[in-house]
Amino acid sequence: MITLWYDGSFAGLLTCIFEMYEHRLKDVSIFQKQKETNALFGDTLDVITDITKANRVWNGLQKRLSRQGCKNVVWNYLSELEGFENALLAFSRYVFDATENIETNFGNPAVLQVAQTAKKVGREKHRMEAFVRFQQLKDGLYYAAIRPDYNVLPLILPHFKSRYADQHWLIYDLQRGYGIKYDAGKETVEEVNISVSTDDELIPNTAILAEGELYYQDMWKDYFHKTGIPERRNMKLHLQHVPRRYWKYLTEKL
Amino acid sequence: MNICTNKCTNAVPLYGMNWERVKEKLGILADAAKYDVSCSSSGSKRDNKGKGLGDTTGMGICHSYTEDGRCISLLKILLTNVCIYDCAYCISRKSNDVKRAGFTVQEVVDLTISFYRRNYIEGLFLSSGIFKDVDYTMERLVRIAKKLRLEHNFNGYIHLKAIPGASDELIKEAGLYADRLSVNIELPSEQSLQKLAPEKRMADIYKPMSVLNNSILEHNGTKALIKSTPKFAPAGQSTQMVVGATPETDNDILHKANALYKSYHLKRVYYSGFVPVSDDARLPVTTPQVSFLREHRLYQADWLMRFYKFSVNEIVDKAHPLLATDIDPKLQWALRNLHLFPIDINRAAYDMIIRVPGIGIQSALKIVEARRFQKLGWEQLRKIGLAESRAKYFITCNDARYNHIGLQPHVIYQQITSNASSKFKTYHSPQLSLF
Repeated sequence: MITLWYDGSFAGLLTCIFEMYEHRLKDVSIFQKQKETNALFGDTLDVITDITKANRVWNGLQKRLSRQGCKNVVWNYLSELEGFENALLAFSRYVFDATENIETNFGNPAVLQVAQTAKKVGREKHRMEAFVRFQQLKDGLYYAAIRPDYNVLPLILPHFKSRYADQHWLIYDLQRGYGIKYDAGKETVEEVNISVSTDDELIPNTAILAEGELYYQDMWKDYFHKTGIPERRNMKLHLQHVPRRYWKYLTEKL
Repeated sequence: MNICTNKCTNAVPLYGMNWERVKEKLGILADAAKYDVSCSSSGSKRDNKGKGLGDTTGMGICHSYTEDGRCISLLKILLTNVCIYDCAYCISRKSNDVKRAGFTVQEVVDLTISFYRRNYIEGLFLSSGIFKDVDYTMERLVRIAKKLRLEHNFNGYIHLKAIPGASDELIKEAGLYADRLSVNIELPSEQSLQKLAPEKRMADIYKPMSVLNNSILEHNGTKALIKSTPKFAPAGQSTQMVVGATPETDNDILHKANALYKSYHLKRVYYSGFVPVSDDARLPVTTPQVSFLREHRLYQADWLMRFYKFSVNEIVDKAHPLLATDIDPKLQWALRNLHLFPIDINRAAYDMIIRVPGIGIQSALKIVEARRFQKLGWEQLRKIGLAESRAKYFITCNDARYNHIGLQPHVIYQQITSNASSKFKTYHSPQLSLF
């Protein structure tokens, strides 16, 4: 059993897969370096991310998988779920061993797991496209703080860019400490990092909100309650659709 | 009465307006619109060209969910709840003692855009009570959609009501700006309509449906030749009927729905389980749970028709006019047709696999993909996501575990229902003659 450590980047993960083939390693598991605990047995190897090696693996995957299949690999990476590296490793091994595209062989545990993880990430992406709640600030910026289960900012970016092409907006991922900011004038998106001591500092206080913002929030909250039918109240179903962990960031649930 | 006259329609921007008053109106007019069940924002594609506001991607997004679990996708409001009609099942009927209000065109436009910019909604669902006359009301609805599209470059989703009795010209104009139009059929039969909504006639309801259907077909024909043809109601039309307020059977209702799908190419028929909104003597006394359960089974049957390739006669007929409440319509069909089972999951056609109780579209698609690589057994089928507790009576697979096969329908029924728990148990109708 040999443990490969990588730096947490996608290219780093692909480099690990390259090294596995390069050194003909059989029994391998991959862990991100800072997350790794000391209680590991067996050999370990520090893998230095190498773009050329990563590209060779990525090209190989692209050759053997459909666009959807490649997308699933990236989405598994963005899931950040514990052990996703080893799931992708098992999947890639199967991909490279097979003589045809096996991405729809759902009878195979590795294939099914990658497909199911991608589905979870897709669901979270869709959820965030729905659950982002912008608040307009005094300077005109539409700002939203979110805490998604998976790292979906890169996935929701195109949606928000094309939808809100004429307004300045910023979506900040509190969990991962970075945000994406769109400038309507320049039509560019940039990554932003705001250093704060607590997350509460990233929730705007009323003093910095634009005129009218609180009225719209108030009307939206009111609308949310008025559009429900009390005779049909079904909180179990409600919670299934809007799990409690998202409430803190939803205007209508505050 | 608080209807705005022409004087206050256009010029006033919302800033500087009386927020409290707008909020109060929103409360009244959202409350009055909530019984319209449609919330769909899918089926239309509008790109955001040239940096306007919004786009519609075809997928539809539920931005939130009410505490009754329904999707909130659109700002669903009435333009006004003032109405000259007196339909017994409707909260806004003339004789009902409710607070009345009306939005100005500008207020609706501003609310839609302000909510949209904050990512609260996918767009606007606008309906209205009939004030003054039908054309006057319809013209206002169209004017709002037009203003959003042309003046505000708004590419979000717009669902408008096409009001029966409105002129063909207005209905057609509505199609130029709206993604979806809907005419509510209200009740499943002419007799019921006469009884509960004496001012309405089925013929008036079918007319705008027909105008829309013809315009959509004509548009699609032109579009095939000329790409630049402007959009016309790209998400099609839908309708809604109240069920449980009148004596029609599920057989009547589903055949009506089927006819609507066939004749007018409707995208959706919505069923609204009757909630008592008045003590009008023409209305039945019902427990809401009974009507919600019935509504649920009707939707399941509707799905069988639209996605599972069932014909309506396979689901209900004169001999089986009511859907069972304790088992779903697909299982009901399967138990009546046990001679078609078991099927071999590794060989059967997709169209047959989707007919197996406990297997949905997604699992069926996965199964036909996966079996190209290997013969599937229970372990794999379970992981793919089929409901073994129901499917096991109807399929064989690569595992030799066939002891569920060959049972009598009533035995299968008993095994399945005794293992299931339902919060609706107390409301289930007595056992129907299923088999």
